[in-house]
Amino acid sequence: MTESILSVAGLSRFFRVGGFRSRGILHATDEVTFEVGAGEIVALVGESGSGKSTIARVLAGLYPPSAGSITFEGQPIGRRSSRRVRGRMPMVFQDPFGSINPVLRVGHSLERSLKLHRSDLNASARHEEAISLVERVGLTPGAEVLRRFPHELSGGQRQRLGFAQALASRPSLILADEPVSMLDVSIRIGLLNVMKDLRDREGVSLLYITHDLASARYVADRMIVLYAGRIVEEGLTEEVISSPQHPYTRLLMSTAPDPRLPLSDDASVTDLGEPPKVINPGPGCRFAPRCPLAMDQCRASTPAPVSLSPTQRVACYAVTA
Amino acid sequence: MSDLLSVRDLRVDYETPAGPARAVNGVSFDLARGEFLAIVGESGCGKSTMLFAIAQLLAYPASQVGGTVIFDGVDLTTLTPEELRRHRWRDFSVVMQSAMNALNPTMSIGAQLADVCRAHTDWDDAHIAQRCAEVLAMVSIDPAHLKSYPFQLSGGMRQRAMIAMALLLEPKLVIMDEPTSALDVVAQRSLMRQVQTLREQLGFSVLFVTHDMSVVSHFSDRLAVMYAGEVMELGSTRAVFDSPQHPYSHGLMDAFPSLLGAPRALTGIAGNPPSLVNPPEGCLFAPRCTQVMDDCRTLHPELIDDDGRSVRCHLIHPVVRR
Repeated sequence: MTESILSVAGLSRFFRVGGFRSRGILHATDEVTFEVGAGEIVALVGESGSGKSTIARVLAGLYPPSAGSITFEGQPIGRRSSRRVRGRMPMVFQDPFGSINPVLRVGHSLERSLKLHRSDLNASARHEEAISLVERVGLTPGAEVLRRFPHELSGGQRQRLGFAQALASRPSLILADEPVSMLDVSIRIGLLNVMKDLRDREGVSLLYITHDLASARYVADRMIVLYAGRIVEEGLTEEVISSPQHPYTRLLMSTAPDPRLPLSDDASVTDLGEPPKVINPGPGCRFAPRCPLAMDQCRASTPAPVSLSPTQRVACYAVTA
Repeated sequence: MSDLLSVRDLRVDYETPAGPARAVNGVSFDLARGEFLAIVGESGCGKSTMLFAIAQLLAYPASQVGGTVIFDGVDLTTLTPEELRRHRWRDFSVVMQSAMNALNPTMSIGAQLADVCRAHTDWDDAHIAQRCAEVLAMVSIDPAHLKSYPFQLSGGMRQRAMIAMALLLEPKLVIMDEPTSALDVVAQRSLMRQVQTLREQLGFSVLFVTHDMSVVSHFSDRLAVMYAGEVMELGSTRAVFDSPQHPYSHGLMDAFPSLLGAPRALTGIAGNPPSLVNPPEGCLFAPRCTQVMDDCRTLHPELIDDDGRSVRCHLIHPVVRR
């Protein structure tokens, strides 16, 4: 990893749930620590309820953290992060149909971002820059795309536009929250390639949030696997894919559908994929109720991440014992 | 034994301000008893519309403009609503895409299951209660959840409850419209496993629509690839996966990254599906095809069967000129 541009330490975000007198505390993310280097794609992989989107939303300043600290480009990020900071770390959302204003032309929305974040540009320079932005994400011819309305674009094109909009503020890190999950399988790959291009050509880092292990492998340099708000395993992508250590990572690997693999016959037969309990969780490892390797120790306390190599870490008593 | 379902030359139009859009264009196939047929394609290719047409559930602005749907010897397209009602649930049932929206949020699971029984059988209450508990157990849900409301169940459980409901009256055919697309991978795999096991036990046929062909790769007997309202390729699932013949099937296979082997760059399929109001002359896939020839732009290819493997492509079945 090169120098880190984002470092997150002990980040937690809790939500109170239930009625007025309820004592329910939902642990959406719990003591999450990780770093993102310059020019690197890091994948946050997990199922629904794993806290991956909450992390992105805390980073984007949509929720304040309950505990922990965030350092971005050497500066701590507080409750009131400035427009400059947000511009350096924009977010691309999951739903390309809900995240673009439908009554404004594409060019209007894009030039508005430029007006807010790039006060050095005059009107004609903004227009030129907007054309260049949409062409950099593969929407050509740029001038014509800018004249269109969002409904004239397909889902894949809209999501590319989401990335163009993120690029408008000259970011160093883009938070991409499930950017391809609502798209057809056949056009997902084009968008994943856009993400790789942004890293290679523009030197932007990306935090790619996904539930799809195969697409994470395709784009990401490093991978962080989350379960029930905690990091269970992290490492270089190929390291994690070729030797997954945590039983949860292995379960994810064995259930990822792949016509090229024979059907695996293991935990996926009996595991129903029920989501974990994150409201007032007990002291133990949160995967223990589903884990084939669970021991008494696992139910009594949460395992801390242990380094297996300079890059790979895993939080599991059974693996590190 | 004859086929359970025979669809012949099915055509469905959507009424649009620009004129009729042909969403399903002359689809024909047979489904044997106990068979699992998967239909894959991009959004807008007409796959869900086709299922709705088969189940006779189309509503304005969609309407069936041609073709027959012979189910168990009866042409469903000629039946009155009352006659259709007698076939629904008993003979065929439909599992909708999003279980979150398909279940009534104000009724318990048990009450919704019982509703189906009351509408379609003359069972007494004791029998109904017993059968409802039985089907929930079949899909690995504790019968205690008969009293639960949909919001108390996880997404996977709701989807399984929908499948339980579809199996209540032991239909011969279960039609599934993307039942796994809202689920996490582990829940998805578990659901597919259960469908497979139940099908082996109960012997019903499955018609399964999805945009993600990797989901069905290990479970379906045959696979139909749909594009712009037409079947482009149809064959045994293994054969289509191992050696896709149509360039579109090829593109779909190459569109999803794998966890296996060395990492490699993928390209996907460039371009967008054609307009269905003014479809291009010739092959509908020609504008996006990487191996397009002159014939493709002028002559519409037919779906030609060769020993159980049908392909609609001039490349595979060249045009014969007299």
